[in-house]
Amino acid sequence: MTDVTLRVWRGDASGGDFENYTTTQNEGEVVLDLIHRIQATEAPDLACRWNCKAGKCGSCAAEINGKPRLMCMTRMDQLPEGPVTVTPMKTFPIIRDLVTDVSFNYRMAEKVPALLPPPMPEGGYRMFQEDVERGQEFRKCIECFMCQDVCHVIRDHEDNKLNYAGPRFFIRYAELEMHPLDTNDRRDFIREDAGLGYCNITKCCTEVCPEGIHITDNAIIPLKERVVDAHYDPVAWLGRKIRRKTKVSTAAAAVQPAP
Amino acid sequence: MSTTEHAAKVVLGGTRGGPDVATLRTDRWWLQPVITVSVLTAFIIYATWSAFNPHNYFYEPGSLISPLYSPCLSSSCVAGAKFGAFTVSHWALSPAFLILIFPLGFRMTCYYYRRSYYRAFWWSPPACAVSDKHESYSGETRFPLLMQNAHRYFFYAGLVFNALLTYDAIRAFDLPGSGFGVTVGTVVLCVNATLLWLYSLSCHACRHLCGGNLKSFSKAPIRFRLWKFVTPLNAKHMNFAWASLVFVALTDVYVRLVASGAITNYHIF
Repeated sequence: MTDVTLRVWRGDASGGDFENYTTTQNEGEVVLDLIHRIQATEAPDLACRWNCKAGKCGSCAAEINGKPRLMCMTRMDQLPEGPVTVTPMKTFPIIRDLVTDVSFNYRMAEKVPALLPPPMPEGGYRMFQEDVERGQEFRKCIECFMCQDVCHVIRDHEDNKLNYAGPRFFIRYAELEMHPLDTNDRRDFIREDAGLGYCNITKCCTEVCPEGIHITDNAIIPLKERVVDAHYDPVAWLGRKIRRKTKVSTAAAAVQPAP
Repeated sequence: MSTTEHAAKVVLGGTRGGPDVATLRTDRWWLQPVITVSVLTAFIIYATWSAFNPHNYFYEPGSLISPLYSPCLSSSCVAGAKFGAFTVSHWALSPAFLILIFPLGFRMTCYYYRRSYYRAFWWSPPACAVSDKHESYSGETRFPLLMQNAHRYFFYAGLVFNALLTYDAIRAFDLPGSGFGVTVGTVVLCVNATLLWLYSLSCHACRHLCGGNLKSFSKAPIRFRLWKFVTPLNAKHMNFAWASLVFVALTDVYVRLVASGAITNYHIF
C-alpha cells in the first residue's frame, strides 16, 4: 500500500483546471479504482463514466499521462513513478470533469450505408467459415472511441469533423465492404463523404485500440486500396469494362435502406 | 436522408477538456521520430552521394553490381555492367538517375514509410496524442499527396527491379576461371535480393491484389491462399522496409569497396 498523487482535470464547458488528489494505491489496482476512491473520500462530485470495469464497455476512456487509455485496464503499477495525469478525451467537447460528449460518433454511425444482401435464395443465405472469420476482428470493437480521440485529423483540426468518419467507422465500412452477402458499393461514399483520404495512416488508432484491432492494416489500408481500384487504377477500370461489371451508384449506396 | 442533412447534425465547437498544451505525454515519444529522421536522412545523403559518383559500382571479376546502378541502362555504363543491348545514349548524368525514381517512388508511396515520414519529418502528428504543427490539414485528398494512390504502380515496377537484382545475384555465382562459386559478394547480393522480395511481397498493395480486394474468399480459393501467404509477411512489413533499405546501402558500400580494391571479395567455396 502506497500513496500516489493523481492530477485530475476538473471543470466543464466554462473552463477547468487540474486538481491534485493524494490517495492510497493498493497492489493490482487500476486508475479507475483510484478515481472511485477519490470520489468516495475527497470529491463526491467528480464526474466519470464507467460501467463494466472489465475493458468491455469502453465507457471509462480517458487520457492517462497524455495517452488515450481505458481507466479500468490501466494498472497503476505499470505507470511511471510520479503524479499520474488524468484528463478527458481531448477530441470531444467536455461535459464535466472526465465526461465528454461523444455524440459526433453517433452522427457518423447514422451515415453508414446499410448492409444490402441479395434476395434470399432457396435454402437461405450461406456463408463459409473463411468469410465469417474475416469480419470477426472488426466486431470486437467496444466503441470506446479512443481511436477517434487520438486521430489527429479531428483532434487537431476540428473542422474536419464535417467530412471525416474516423477510424472506428472505417472498420465498420471495411466489415461491410468485405461481407460476402453485401451488394452495396460504398467506395465513392467512403472517399467523398467519409473522408478516407484525410487519413494519413499514422497508425495511432491501432496503437490505442484496447481490443488490439489492426485498424490501419486490416481496415483503413484495404479501404484505401479499394478506393484506388475504383478511382485511380486504369487497369482495374479496364478489367471492369471488359467483364462488364457495373457498380451500384454512390448516391444509391448512400441511401440504401436496411433490409 | 441525404448526406448533407447528416453533416448538418455534426456540431462543431464546444470546450475541449484538459489544458491547452501540445501534449501531456511523459514518455519518450520523441525518440521514434528522431531515429526515423536519422536513418532516413543518412540513407538519402548516402544514396545521393552514391548516385552522383558513378565509379566503382561494378566489380567485373565477380560480376558484382551495386543495386543503385542496376539495371545499368546508360551508354556510359562500364563494360560488363550494361543491361543487355538496350542503352540510353547521350545521358550526361549518372546512370543511377535513370532508374532510381522507381525504387524511390515505391518507398515514398509505401504505407509504412508514409506513416514514418508523416510523423518524423512532417510532424503530422509527431507522435500519437501530440499536437500536429499545421494550421490546416487536408491529408491525402489533394495534389501532391493524392499521388500516393499510385503506390501499386511503383509496386509493379519494384517487382521488375527485384527480378533484375535476383538475376544479378545469380550472375554473381558465375566466377571467372572457376565457373560456379560463392564469394562474400554473392552472399551480399543474394541477401539484398531476398530482403527486397520480402519487402515487396509484404507490401499492402500486394496483399490487396493477391486477395484483399475480394468480397468473398470462398469464391476464389487460390487467391485466398495467396492472401493467407502474404498476410503474415505483411505483419512484418516494417521490419522488411528497414532491413531492405539499410542492406541496399550496405550492398552498395560493399561493391564499391571491392571494386576500388579497398577490400578483397573472398571466396567461400
